[in-house]
Amino acid sequence: MVEALLFFAPASLIIIGALIVIFARNPVHNAMGLVMTLVSLAIIYITLNATFVAMVQMLVYAGAVMTLFLFVIMMIGVDKKEQSTDSIKGQTFLVSGVFLILISLLAYVAVSSDFTWDLWFPPVEYDVEGTPQLIAGVLFTDWILPFEIISILLIVATAAAIALAYDIKKRSSNA
Amino acid sequence: MLEVTTDWYLTLAAMLFAIGFMGMMIRKNALIMFMCIELMLNAVNLTFISASKHFGQIDGQVFVFFVLVVAAAEVVVGLAIIVSIFRKQSSASVDVLNVSRG
Repeated sequence: MVEALLFFAPASLIIIGALIVIFARNPVHNAMGLVMTLVSLAIIYITLNATFVAMVQMLVYAGAVMTLFLFVIMMIGVDKKEQSTDSIKGQTFLVSGVFLILISLLAYVAVSSDFTWDLWFPPVEYDVEGTPQLIAGVLFTDWILPFEIISILLIVATAAAIALAYDIKKRSSNA
Repeated sequence: MLEVTTDWYLTLAAMLFAIGFMGMMIRKNALIMFMCIELMLNAVNLTFISASKHFGQIDGQVFVFFVLVVAAAEVVVGLAIIVSIFRKQSSASVDVLNVSRG
């Protein structure tokens, strides 16, 4: 009972937050909907024994990434007059229809008991607790090469962001 | 009573991915489209974590860690591009971006 509640409460918040992200007109509201989704996902991660990932989700996504989004929203202003005409005729209507059918089909699949995803094995009996120790033990042995590659990726991304956002004309006229 | 199996988590992830993709199709503000990409990435993360629990393997969670880092890098570069486009076009709408049209 508690297990079901711990799934359905965050799950409904995830779906509501996602719908806010795609339907709200004010970009700040969209960002807040995304925060709702991300925090609820962190709760679900905790119930799935992935405590380290849940913490990283809170810090990196709900913290850093969302702050970045809000900074950019404030920088470029709240663009309320988003163009409402479609460049492809009937795009919004058609896509909404197709996806509402798809999403309601998925919801039906979720509640009907005769459907299962083909997962090869039944779930294992033991629990794997995703503690920082256990993650680090795998990360720094089996996954050391991807780990080093993403460290390079982060440096490149930081340098690229500075190079892109640096306004050369403005700087040189000030100096 | 009701037992929460891996199927439920996978269905939730599929719905989240579908919503993200739908937003990608119907919105024209580049910033909102970025948020929809985040939704889709998070849906994938959820499948990784639930599979990690289902199979009793830790590697799924390590992979989520990598996805998180790549997503952060992608957001940093993407938002810088949006800001520099906004300086030129004073709009974040993707339909205005036809500067390379012949």
